[in-house]
Amino acid sequence: MSNNVPAELRYTKSHEWVRKNPDGTATIGITDHAQHALGDLVFAETPESGRTLAAGEACAVVESVKAASDVYAPLAGTVLEGNGGLADAPEKINTDPYGEGWLWKLKPAAIEDLEALLDASGYQRLLAESAE
Amino acid sequence: MSDTQSGAAQREPTIFELSRPGRGATAQMPPPLAAQVPAELRRRRRPLLPEVSELQAVRHYTRLSQLNFSIDTHFYPLGSCTMKYNPRGCNQYAMLPEFLGRHPLAPVSLGQGVLACLHELQEMLKEVTGMQGVSLTPMAGAQGEFAGVAMIRAYHRARGDLARNEIIVPEAAHGTNPATASMCGMKVIEIPCNAEGDCDLDALRNVVGPNTAGIMLTNPSTLGVFERTIADIEKLVHAAGGLLYYDGANLNAILGKVRPGDMGFDVIHMNLHKTFSTPHGGGGPGAGAVGVGARLLPYLPIPVVGRDGDTYRWLDERDLPASIGRLSGFMGNAGVLLRAYIYMRMVGREGMQRIGEYATLNANYLLARFRQAGFEPAYPSRRATHEFILTMKREAREHGATAMDFAKRLLDFGYHAPTTYFPLLVPECLLIEPTETEAKEALDGFVDAMIAIQREAAADPSRLKGAPYTLPVRRLDDVRAAKQLDLTWKPAA
Amino acid sequence: MEIGRLMSERAARDGRPLNFIGAGAYEHHIPAAVWAIVTRGEIYSAYTPYQAEASQGTLQTIYEYQTMIASLTGMEVSNASLYDGASGLAEACLMAVRANRRSKSLRILMPKAVNPTYRKCVHAIAGNQNLRFEEVGFDAASGQTAFDSLARHTGEDITAVVIQQPNFFGTLEDVDRLTDWAHKQGALVIAVVNPTSLALLKPPGEWGEHGVDIAVGEGQPLGVPLAAGGPYFGFMTTRMEHVRQMPGRIVGRTLDLDGRPGFTLTLQAREQHIRRGKATSNICTNQGLLMSAATIYLAIVGPEGLERVASASMARTAELVAELTRIKGVREVFTTPRFHEALLRLERPVGPVLEELARRGIAGGYDASHDYPELGQALLICATETKTTGDIANYASALRAVLGTARAA
Repeated sequence: MSNNVPAELRYTKSHEWVRKNPDGTATIGITDHAQHALGDLVFAETPESGRTLAAGEACAVVESVKAASDVYAPLAGTVLEGNGGLADAPEKINTDPYGEGWLWKLKPAAIEDLEALLDASGYQRLLAESAE
Repeated sequence: MSDTQSGAAQREPTIFELSRPGRGATAQMPPPLAAQVPAELRRRRRPLLPEVSELQAVRHYTRLSQLNFSIDTHFYPLGSCTMKYNPRGCNQYAMLPEFLGRHPLAPVSLGQGVLACLHELQEMLKEVTGMQGVSLTPMAGAQGEFAGVAMIRAYHRARGDLARNEIIVPEAAHGTNPATASMCGMKVIEIPCNAEGDCDLDALRNVVGPNTAGIMLTNPSTLGVFERTIADIEKLVHAAGGLLYYDGANLNAILGKVRPGDMGFDVIHMNLHKTFSTPHGGGGPGAGAVGVGARLLPYLPIPVVGRDGDTYRWLDERDLPASIGRLSGFMGNAGVLLRAYIYMRMVGREGMQRIGEYATLNANYLLARFRQAGFEPAYPSRRATHEFILTMKREAREHGATAMDFAKRLLDFGYHAPTTYFPLLVPECLLIEPTETEAKEALDGFVDAMIAIQREAAADPSRLKGAPYTLPVRRLDDVRAAKQLDLTWKPAA
Repeated sequence: MEIGRLMSERAARDGRPLNFIGAGAYEHHIPAAVWAIVTRGEIYSAYTPYQAEASQGTLQTIYEYQTMIASLTGMEVSNASLYDGASGLAEACLMAVRANRRSKSLRILMPKAVNPTYRKCVHAIAGNQNLRFEEVGFDAASGQTAFDSLARHTGEDITAVVIQQPNFFGTLEDVDRLTDWAHKQGALVIAVVNPTSLALLKPPGEWGEHGVDIAVGEGQPLGVPLAAGGPYFGFMTTRMEHVRQMPGRIVGRTLDLDGRPGFTLTLQAREQHIRRGKATSNICTNQGLLMSAATIYLAIVGPEGLERVASASMARTAELVAELTRIKGVREVFTTPRFHEALLRLERPVGPVLEELARRGIAGGYDASHDYPELGQALLICATETKTTGDIANYASALRAVLGTARAA
């Protein structure tokens, strides 16, 4: 299975990714590995803007034909925007998980929390271990 | 068999496409009588109901029925579902006009006949399960499960033991078990099974404690093996103050041999549409009667049939004030219960013992033949219960032929697919349950079909990927179905 | 053989009384073709349609059913049916909690004019999940849900409001006003409706300015025999935006590998066998056989037939009320328009009167005095299109004899 794990992102054990944007906000999505495991996505529900999230809170749902899965907030903060484009095209999560398939943008409560997440090599190790 | 035969000829338009304005089965309508509906509450546009003749409707639905597999036409080796023959007599006697015409709220003086049947059914179910009391009201297995967990919750609450909010569920359990526990406001604690398919006792020891409300067990388990540690589980959970719930989905395997009540279970639900042969009806109705031990008697869902001397009546809130309450609008699926009653009376006490014997014999015969043919059992060291699991791991690895491919190709050979991808624990699994009502020839034919498919998989795996070929439709696009939701027919614009 | 004889004897013992009971289950004419088809082995003994290719008959029937029920209730989507009306209302309350994201209160306003058994059932099924049900009273003169007692909650956080039309007394509610009020509070509206009545009455999808959010009801009147209480089926419809919160099976139309249309179960990711502890409900079947019966029933009677059944039932009930209230000591309790049920008040305890009538071969109605002691000796009666003027006269003369009164002048 091909696993694209971009070096510049941070990751969680539950297969979310976080991108730190230049303006201090963060963008969140699910990893290439996760979209692959779920299969063809048919629906995505993202958190509404303004919602306050605690780290680890289930706040989005992605659904394929064979599974519906919660997506957990990697960081605490306030939701700036959910990806409205997914309503008509959830397949963007399959085709471009790190780009157009993003789930929500967040104003983190403390951006330094990012440092506690896995880096690309740590996430790759996690994938290698779970494949054994 | 011709694989190239097209299913297209068997397709049937929707009833709405047959509809023509003004057509109708007037002979089935009452004469027009005027009714005074206030203007602001009146319906303005007629609903989209078909306007067809009675014959058109009869022909349409008869044709649709012919697009189905069913027990009456096909063998269903469908694990965990107990698709046995539904004797016609059960239907005939349950559909006597007096039973069909009885209003559920008519005085009990007008229903002593039906109540006598239901009371005797309660008694017979107590007898076969070894429990102290039975309520027939749950309308399906899942509702029986709900009743069971709700009773466990009520029991602990009545004792002021409010911390007990955890239900332990082995990971091989049916999906309804954790869903039910959640519906009852319980926290679900899943525990693993070991390599031989038994419950992992160490894992159980680690999670039982003062928060344990109970454990939900399927025995024999969904892995197609008898749970050998049942006595240990019973001691562990009871010693910790929890109760034991028996998911009766697989009761067919032990019928007439051992009784959950004797194993120490506090509550059981029975799927009358499995073990006691009431029809599946294309997805329901079922009936999920519950049986309880002495501790849970006060909490049984109402109504329950009671007997005062020679007369029967419904026991309600006044008789059972601690009951978990009512789960249906009336008294459960009475018509289904009557069918189960008739079935049990026809089979009799001796017949009941033979059910478990022949169900396990048929399964073990099938398993032996599959071993001989080189298929791989998921638990090779174990005997089958009334069902067993094959894993198609090797076929998937070597030929790319998955359990799903085998399942779909079986349809072309005229066999309903076994249960696939359940339990989730076993990769590429087929859960196979023949039931006691299939003849040896049917079992042999099924094995032969599997062997033929295995050969096809080796010779031309793409053949399997495209299956089925001979049914009204080929594999359907599930992604499209979920993404472009088309859930109702719409007239062309 | 033996069992056949026993069953026939027991059936004969129960007899075939002339039935005037409603209260949630209704005796209607069922064309013989309905059960002749449904008891065909291919329907009766088929399994749940997991293997879509081998279940196109069941699946297409469900799709047709979904279309008919959605249209009948004026809603966008329907599931493939639930166990019965009462448990369907419980599922609707749980669904409303999931669908109404803005409400945090888990409070559901439940009129007392809603079927009392439904209310009990909702408590038993949904009560374990911290939902709070608050009663709303009814007007003693009209029998309608009292708007004042609802308006007391204006401005509060309410998850959903339940409205039954016609209500348990047979009375027609002012559904537009109730629906609009609920929506102004940010509450969802759950309609409980009688499917036969919808041939005449405004469907829930058109109540108030926006229509209701979830409609449920008992499907039994559509071709399912009374059968001592079941099996029946519950129907549930909703708006497309809430479809993923809806419990139960749903069938969709799609294409096969060759591009031909076909039917399959869809949105299964919500269900227990995949979502396990996080499923929308633990339900894993519909009431396939009964749903099939209802679909065939609706196809045979059609829009014209259903309208006639509804009108005739309403007219026969009016005739029955007129006839019975001519007896001294029998009065109608409420004055507002009704559908096919009415509440009468007697001057004697209802239970013994019903027993006397039973001895004369008449199931005379439902004793409502236990559920509503405030209404006194109350008897709920119903007549459908199956009752003739002669039947009504027979009931009247039996009741007159039982009450021991002479015909009022």
